[in-house]
Amino acid sequence: MTTNLLIWLIPLPPVLAFFLIVLFTNRSKTLSHTIAVGAALLSWLASMIVIFQAINTDKFGLHPFTSSIPWLPTGTTYLRIGVLVDPLTAVTLFFVAWTVLMIFIYSVGYHNFGQPKGDHDRPGLQPHGANISDPQGFKHRVLSIEPMYSRFFAFIALFAFGMYTLVVSDNLLTLFIGWEIMGLCSYLLIGFWYAKPSARAAMIKAFLTTRVGDVFMLLGIAYLYTATGTLTYRVIFSQPVLNTLVNTSSGFFGLSAAALIGILLFIGTVGKSAQWPLHVWLPDAMEGPTPVSAMIHAATMVSAGVYMVIRMFPLMSAGFQPGHLTPPMMAMAVIGTFTAIFAATIAVAQNDIKRVLAYSTISQLGFMIAALGIGAYVAAVFHLVTHAFFKALLFLGSGSVIHGVEHGVLHTGEEIDPQNMFNMGGLRKKMPVTFWTFLIGGFALSGFPILTAGFWSKDEILADSFAHALPVFIILALAAFLTAFYTMRQITLTFLGKARTESAHHAHETPWTMTLPLVVLAIFAVAFGWSGINKEFPLLGGLLPNFIHDFVGSTLAELPEELVFSYIPLLTSLVVALGGLFLGWWVYRDYKAGEVDPVQKALGSVYTVLKNKYYFDELYDTIFVRPAVWMAVIFSSLWMDRKVIDGILHWFAHITGVIGSFLRNAIDKPIINGTADWVGDTTKKIGSLFRTIQTGRIQQYMILALVSFAAFSALFYYLLILAH
Amino acid sequence: MTPVQILFIVVAAMTLGAALMVVSSRNLVHSALWLIVSLFGVAVFFALLQAGFLAVVQVVIYIGAIAILFIFVVMLTRKIAQDSGPRFNENWVWAIVVAVVVFAALVWILMGWQGWSTQLAPLGPAADPLRELGIALVSPNAYVLPFELASVLLLAALIGAVMVAWERK
Amino acid sequence: MIPLSWYLVFSAALFSIGLYGVLARKNAVAILMGIELMLNAVNINLVAFWRYRTPQMIGGQAFAVIVFAVAAAEVAVGLALIISVYRRRDSVAADEIDLMKW
Repeated sequence: MTTNLLIWLIPLPPVLAFFLIVLFTNRSKTLSHTIAVGAALLSWLASMIVIFQAINTDKFGLHPFTSSIPWLPTGTTYLRIGVLVDPLTAVTLFFVAWTVLMIFIYSVGYHNFGQPKGDHDRPGLQPHGANISDPQGFKHRVLSIEPMYSRFFAFIALFAFGMYTLVVSDNLLTLFIGWEIMGLCSYLLIGFWYAKPSARAAMIKAFLTTRVGDVFMLLGIAYLYTATGTLTYRVIFSQPVLNTLVNTSSGFFGLSAAALIGILLFIGTVGKSAQWPLHVWLPDAMEGPTPVSAMIHAATMVSAGVYMVIRMFPLMSAGFQPGHLTPPMMAMAVIGTFTAIFAATIAVAQNDIKRVLAYSTISQLGFMIAALGIGAYVAAVFHLVTHAFFKALLFLGSGSVIHGVEHGVLHTGEEIDPQNMFNMGGLRKKMPVTFWTFLIGGFALSGFPILTAGFWSKDEILADSFAHALPVFIILALAAFLTAFYTMRQITLTFLGKARTESAHHAHETPWTMTLPLVVLAIFAVAFGWSGINKEFPLLGGLLPNFIHDFVGSTLAELPEELVFSYIPLLTSLVVALGGLFLGWWVYRDYKAGEVDPVQKALGSVYTVLKNKYYFDELYDTIFVRPAVWMAVIFSSLWMDRKVIDGILHWFAHITGVIGSFLRNAIDKPIINGTADWVGDTTKKIGSLFRTIQTGRIQQYMILALVSFAAFSALFYYLLILAH
Repeated sequence: MTPVQILFIVVAAMTLGAALMVVSSRNLVHSALWLIVSLFGVAVFFALLQAGFLAVVQVVIYIGAIAILFIFVVMLTRKIAQDSGPRFNENWVWAIVVAVVVFAALVWILMGWQGWSTQLAPLGPAADPLRELGIALVSPNAYVLPFELASVLLLAALIGAVMVAWERK
Repeated sequence: MIPLSWYLVFSAALFSIGLYGVLARKNAVAILMGIELMLNAVNINLVAFWRYRTPQMIGGQAFAVIVFAVAAAEVAVGLALIISVYRRRDSVAADEIDLMKW
């Protein structure tokens, strides 16, 4: 089959899997996960074929694979939708296909497939253990299988469909459709254990916060359509259209149309990729199961936000003069940089293993957006890909750790939070595969030199920012230092030292369905970076072609020039990475159970602010949530609905009653009934009156007859005879 | 004022007076007797009108049969005839009014008729009303049918009267 | 010498008196007497018209004869009825025979 047809088919298997699971195989756990993993495998295969062909096409950037159909009739033309695989899409498809497949496989083990059903497990709550007895009659509790197993696979299949649709689409409409489908699945999956109140609150918070971003994005899309009459990328990014957009004024704040659209679309990314100020939903989204956190909130959905601004980069940078950032780029640079340092500071003070990773994600996304903001297109893409791999790896690793500790919790019966790092320790020996893969991921995140992909991509960003925007460089370097520090803090507390609780002591390694994806992702976390080595890098440059730069860079109309190599950013990144890692290990290497957190000791009250996330949640609660609740409960429901509207209705009913009783009592009864009764009565009275004539006495009849006869005769005589 | 006129007036007065007494007499037997007088006056008039046969028939039938019948019935309903009570019912005023109106209306209408003042034409020497009447009553070309029917009627009346007044035990 | 009008007036008067008797008397027999007077007045009328207007047509007298017969029949039946009513109700007052009232 042709490549174009194959591209159209890439999103298909997961959505089919969704429908099949929902409609038919919900009861059978085996069948459901087989269908889901099979679908992920099919999409992965199709993606790999397409990518292979893309790489082997000469000058792929000039001849991407595209195919479109007319879809929405709009008066005289059609709105076209279709698929596009250009170099950017190919690279994105690569990491999406691999991470999705790995996470699907991981979910089988994460939800304890093969374990017995829990004794008190209910759909809507996390499974909490089953009692089994050994052959010797020894009873102990083990992890139990998730009651809503099939539902999970249905939702992640639907999610995969949304992501694939977003990646392969060639226009903003289907991108937005995929965007919203993922938003829905994120909502459903964050609140997967819907009986937990914290999960319910988190799912609503996530949906509403991203919604704020989505509204602005939709406004941007609408404005773009009105201004250009199309939503297809290749049409929008043609020079004439871009020039028109740059030169048209939008009427707002003196921005051009291109600038306003760019900013509106960027706000969508602020929501979806959890940048400040719409970052508040991502840490709470950790309420969902860990595969969800890995896939949606690390590798794919939040990356989709960055993907979208990368895709729209020609529009964002339309009218760019060197040294003079366009308004959207300025916005991206400022917000990205601020978010990077902001989230990194909060991560330092978190105790939950997943929370640290969540803030880390926010921070790294800030890196990517800042890179894009200063025009480092290739660096942003590079970091997007490497981050997806190692962040997914880290999240899956944390899930593995939590499972191990939970096993220990069930075994010992301790009542501790299995996600709190301060309850772990010494897991290096109990869970070796998890440890080594987590270590690789953590090093990649920190930017450990040469051996990890994170180094190469982060170094690229730092180099670019050093060359073009020094303030950004300084702040990002600081954020990188903090990243390395809190990562090593996390690794040390979790894996090194001695077990601080009984549960950690009894932890053991997780099954192959969970460790295999860790290993695969770890390979990528190491090796992928070698596809983007700068030509002028000392020693290693030139050994391998700078594939990323050449391939991805060809997406843009003009190939961005390769950076002039400078030693300063390289040295800075080495110092911050190794320094941060060392400091993190050194501070926590001797940490014992029950001690105060050394960072808390060092920072004092600042620590409390960091721990409470700069009180942004409380601020939003006061500014937005409470007024909204007041509006709903007091104003709308009580005052308007019950008092005013119901009052009016009751008043109408009352008036109707008054009118009705008036009509009844004053008109109906006396007048109408009265008249009818009066007619009846009068008839009776007249009848009674007249019947007295019938006396039975003949003489009276005769007199009456003769008198009437005389009267009539006189009358007729007068009328007929005399009147003539 | 010719003698015939005087005779007329006298007999008319007598008849009308007797009639008045008939309708206003308290005693029913007196009424019946006054009726006889009145009927006799009518017979005289018949004679004046040269309907001799009718005059005789009047006397024989009316006075001889009907009036006698009245007297018999009065006798048979004696008990009531004894206690007189008021002889007029409560509507006697209306009755007077009606009677007067009828009289006045009749007279007034007839006065407008052109034959009001017809004078008496002599019959002629050969006219024999009696003979003609006799022939007329039995002639098939004339009035034999009503005549026979009248007799059937009388038969029916006779039977009817007997049936009605038959005393059941 | 005697115009027709005298006879007509006379018979009208006799008729009216008879009418009064019929309408005003209580006793049923007296009512029948009034009816007789009225019939007699009619007879006078008939004969007068015969004599004055069409003496050659003997139908006038024939009519009067039939009237005689009818009057006789009627008196007979009427008096039989009165006797029957008297036997039942012990009364011949016309205004006491009022069963067919409201």
